[in-house]
Amino acid sequence: MRRIGVFCCWCGSNIGGVIDVPRLAMEALNLPAVAFSTDYKYMCSEPGQELIVRAVAEHRLDGVVVAACSPRIHEATFRQTLERAGLNPYLLVMANVREHCTWVHPDDPERAFAKALALVRGAAAKAARTEPLAAGTLPVTRRALVIGGGIAGIQAALDIADAGFEVLLVEREPTIGGKMVLLDKTFPTLDCSACISTPKMVAVAQHPRIRLFTYAEVVGLKGFLGNFEVTIRQKARSVDHGKCTGCGACWAKCPARVPNEYNLGLDRRKAIYVPFPQAVPNKPVIDRRHCRQFTRGRCGVCQKVCPVGAIDYAEEDREWQERVGAVVVATGFDLFEWAEAYGEYGYGRYPDVITGLQFERLANAAGPTGGKIVRPSDGAVPRTVVFVQCVGSRDEAKGREYCSRVCCMYTAKHAWQVLEKIPEAEVFVFYIDVRTAGKAYEEFYVRARRAGAHYIRGRVARIYPEGNRLRVVGTDTLLGRPVEVPADLVVLATGMVPAAGSGELARILGCGLDKDGFFQEAHPKLRPVEAGTAGIFLAGTCQGPKDIPDTVAQGSAAAAKVVGLLVREEIAYEPTVAMVDQTRCTGCGKCRAVCPFKAIELVTRQVRAGTAVAERVVAEVNPGLCAGCGNCTVACPSGVIDLKGFTNEQLLAEVDALCL
Amino acid sequence: MVRYAYYPGCVAEGSGREYEMANRAVAARLGLELVEIEDWNCCGATPGHNTGHLLGLALPARNLALASGMGLDLVAPCAACYNRLVTAQREIACDPELQVLMGRLLGRDYHGDRRVLSMVEAVAAVGAERMKALTVRPLEGITVACYYGCLLVRPPAVIRGDDPEDPRLLDDLLRGVGATTVDWAHKTECCGAAQALPHEEVVLSRVRRILEAAVTFRADCIATACPLCHANLDQRQARVNRRFGTDYRMPVLYFTQLLGLAFGLNPGELGLGLHFVPTAELVRRIA
Repeated sequence: MRRIGVFCCWCGSNIGGVIDVPRLAMEALNLPAVAFSTDYKYMCSEPGQELIVRAVAEHRLDGVVVAACSPRIHEATFRQTLERAGLNPYLLVMANVREHCTWVHPDDPERAFAKALALVRGAAAKAARTEPLAAGTLPVTRRALVIGGGIAGIQAALDIADAGFEVLLVEREPTIGGKMVLLDKTFPTLDCSACISTPKMVAVAQHPRIRLFTYAEVVGLKGFLGNFEVTIRQKARSVDHGKCTGCGACWAKCPARVPNEYNLGLDRRKAIYVPFPQAVPNKPVIDRRHCRQFTRGRCGVCQKVCPVGAIDYAEEDREWQERVGAVVVATGFDLFEWAEAYGEYGYGRYPDVITGLQFERLANAAGPTGGKIVRPSDGAVPRTVVFVQCVGSRDEAKGREYCSRVCCMYTAKHAWQVLEKIPEAEVFVFYIDVRTAGKAYEEFYVRARRAGAHYIRGRVARIYPEGNRLRVVGTDTLLGRPVEVPADLVVLATGMVPAAGSGELARILGCGLDKDGFFQEAHPKLRPVEAGTAGIFLAGTCQGPKDIPDTVAQGSAAAAKVVGLLVREEIAYEPTVAMVDQTRCTGCGKCRAVCPFKAIELVTRQVRAGTAVAERVVAEVNPGLCAGCGNCTVACPSGVIDLKGFTNEQLLAEVDALCL
Repeated sequence: MVRYAYYPGCVAEGSGREYEMANRAVAARLGLELVEIEDWNCCGATPGHNTGHLLGLALPARNLALASGMGLDLVAPCAACYNRLVTAQREIACDPELQVLMGRLLGRDYHGDRRVLSMVEAVAAVGAERMKALTVRPLEGITVACYYGCLLVRPPAVIRGDDPEDPRLLDDLLRGVGATTVDWAHKTECCGAAQALPHEEVVLSRVRRILEAAVTFRADCIATACPLCHANLDQRQARVNRRFGTDYRMPVLYFTQLLGLAFGLNPGELGLGLHFVPTAELVRRIA
């Protein structure tokens, strides 16, 4: 007979405020094989864990049930406790009586208690059938992949490379730099964004341990923590960067003109182009969707003028595999597509209604106007500029529910810039709340107000043209009155949304997304830079809206995590993997078909059946690749695959105890 | 022939008589049979739902139940009636207890299972091709400012089908019979609605704004599908002119009147002589 100990946690009032935890412990004592049970306020704390260690010794326990929170939170904690108590860590079973019980049934304590007891009963039945499991080890590939070359990816790549490890940095655009390099000045210090980000871009390009792949995408990822195999697709640049000197003859002569995405459509670029003069690498690519050689089948001007013969129209996309031990996702954000959602602001029909990022380009000395703030429609200097905050943010009806965190501050900065650059300009800011939680942020906002920006609390209901100006109609909710402002330029503070393609990348990487489509961190507070998938880390706005300081901090944090992984020669893998009883396997291959991790292969083995030995084709699991999902155990028609730690016997015992 | 249960509402015999005339005439031409609901009652608009929430639901619920008994989808030409009927239908459908309560209040089983259509939707459902085939006097050269007001398109959570910020159904219909429509920002600008009685000043300034925008866009007339909007824009136009010293002479027509003209119907039959702002010159240009 096994001797199981049951440890019931109050989790303060999370569990103890709903059900009678001491009574739960008392009742658990009546369960089969339970030799000891007790309760404690915080079982995960030092005294709580000591309680378990002592009880194991005193009561000669050989299995432990902890009735507490989700195993996602503290299974690892209590496995270590068991190890300290001299037990195999896999003799632990968690009964989740918090997320699965008290949190969802706070209004019905009696039935919640019955449910908690049933969960403990199931866990105890499983615990009586657990077996010690041993973790194996695998070597670590000591190289990292960073996806996305914005400031988050740049920071992560530099930190990892500086620590001595090789980094592959993959960026889908023709240059690194992301959104930060497009900005004019950064709040609250008003230092020049390009001046602080372009040196970092150059440092990436020159770093001996960073291999930079621009105009490239990650299209596949296999493997697991420490041993990933990534598939990279290099999109055809149509320009041989080995030969190209970046002289500029090609784009000077290119006859095609297309809207320039780096200036948010405010001007035009050529079809063969370098996004901006400080781009890294500073060599062009051909945009085949607009190049006449590709759209019309003839042109060839760039090929004729190139002095080094670098233009190659026949170049094709190329894919290859690389091995890495860890992945940092730093894919950033896009701006909310306001023109599709806000009919009351004209659905993008009025040229003088622009976004904050377009304003950045107007204010930027490297932008289309050389830093002059003018109206896109007629190039006139605006006298009255209206800023509208929370466009697409904090708007459940038309946009997203969440706050984008940076818009209050960048709007204050824009207001300041207008007042500074245009004498006698009038600035109005429509806002819901002004949120300035950051070092020196509130001071900056106050400075913008003192400089003369009029802040009006309320949403803008409508913007429409009136003559060659715009009429902005809204409400001042502090005065309780309608407000109308005739404006020359309207700037919408559009919120952040996940970068286009985030969902597809998450699918490739096997990562989860949150309800808004941002990458989901493993724990909102305690594991903010880890994805739910081991070995994948998150940096910057791909995880949620944030400003530059937080983004850079997260890039460094992700890098520290990666370095902590790569300094190890080898890592232990979870022993909870599938196992085939090869003496009874028929080699049908159904398990291989359902395995999402490609961890099962069919192999020829000498198999002993009774006294005879025969050579047969049977399934075999690669424990390094197996993630323990259990698909194969369900698919196996002869029932000869078991998942260690979740065997059919253990699960059925748990279900029986729960239901019978 | 498509049959609908028809809910005329109070304006049909009063201030919106010309709308009723045009609706009947155009429906006949389009092959829509409008079967008036027998013993219909007040739709529960402002006086109803301002008196009590439950009253505001029970009044339209009775009309819905009557239509359901006829086994027909329901057409309500007045925007306020339409809005009330749809709102009550949605609210009751989401609350089983309310459904039972309605049964008790009405003294009959409540079924809100028939579709409720505005006149605009019912006409649009006929299809552009058939409309085109019926057009004998295309409205070519006529520029129309389509004015929707609020009740036909809002609140978006309840009233669905058209864009609440930039509705297009009326524009599509009138363009379909040859008119030019203007892309203006005042399609859903508030007309002041029932404030006409307690605060006429509010309505006059709202109406002035809409008329001014229509003039700016060189519209020949405004088209509407709401009797209350119509009353404010047409009936109060003279008072706007007096109050602000302006000289607006902007005909305000119901959309079915314009369609009727395009179909070659007699202006008298469409009630075009019943407006405050004269329509004769516009009618002459079409006929």
